Amino acid sequence: MNKKPFQWVTFACIVLLSVSLSSCGVKDSTIQEKIAEAAKATPELTGVNASVKDGIVTLTGEVKDDAAKMASETAIKAIKGVKSVVDNLTVAPPPAPVVAPAPVEISADDALTKGVTDAVKDFSTVKANVKDGVVTLTGELKRSSLPKLLQSLSSLKPKKIDNQLTLK
Amino acid sequence: MALQDKYKELIDTANASGVTNLQVREQDNILYIDGSAPSGAVKDKLWDVYNKIDPDYRAGDLVLNVDVSATPGDKAKVTTDSSNLNIRKGPGTDQPILGKAAHLEIVTLVSKTNDQWWLIRTDKGVEGYAYTQYLTPVS
Repeated sequence: MNKKPFQWVTFACIVLLSVSLSSCGVKDSTIQEKIAEAAKATPELTGVNASVKDGIVTLTGEVKDDAAKMASETAIKAIKGVKSVVDNLTVAPPPAPVVAPAPVEISADDALTKGVTDAVKDFSTVKANVKDGVVTLTGELKRSSLPKLLQSLSSLKPKKIDNQLTLK
Repeated sequence: MALQDKYKELIDTANASGVTNLQVREQDNILYIDGSAPSGAVKDKLWDVYNKIDPDYRAGDLVLNVDVSATPGDKAKVTTDSSNLNIRKGPGTDQPILGKAAHLEIVTLVSKTNDQWWLIRTDKGVEGYAYTQYLTPVS
């Protein structure tokens, strides 16, 4: 019977040792493996780098938005053995909005008519009619003068130039 | 997109010639090409290409609005056919004539009123509005 206290001490030591071992936690390498598994199941972890040291996980990299940042942190915290998470993730800037091209601006007939009057003033054989943004040209003109006239008219922002001129 | 194919050579030329603020838009089956050419020669070239694709500009499916980029203080040559260029009190042919600039005279661009009219000054000191079409910026 005099050996019994010694056995109790031994038993107590074994219990204490096993408790202290388990509290030592999961190995860093195991956590790293778990993170790799989690990454496969969690799309938010795409592009996230995780390094583990003494159970502390540091996250770096870029995620698409704040929600993905939160989700990453939550997913890592849920892994057994992770003591804390240092979240150094950055959020990607929002994509530039896609700007649709501005619609073509067409001059109102009043402004267009005034401009057309100025443009054809030096071409006395040309008649110009404006309706709904369309400039219709009739009459006669030297072929060599045509670009100059059309350039003037084009700068007035017409909808269309209908060239029915007889060219000489 | 068919019109952009038809005028592809024109669009390519504009891109290759350094046309700035180039906009190519198609609306209601008409193509609108806007931009600023670096010189009068480039603008003329574009109109030559346009004429090649659509002889005598008959199709009515393109509005080519390319000006020659110029900033106040630049010089411009009076490029009328042969006549003098009227310098007017205001931007419009209904405005009184203040003076004239001779054919091929060099004038100073003071400020741009709109795509049609520039306020100009001649070396003789006449200041007034002249029709942009007859002014070719010179560098």
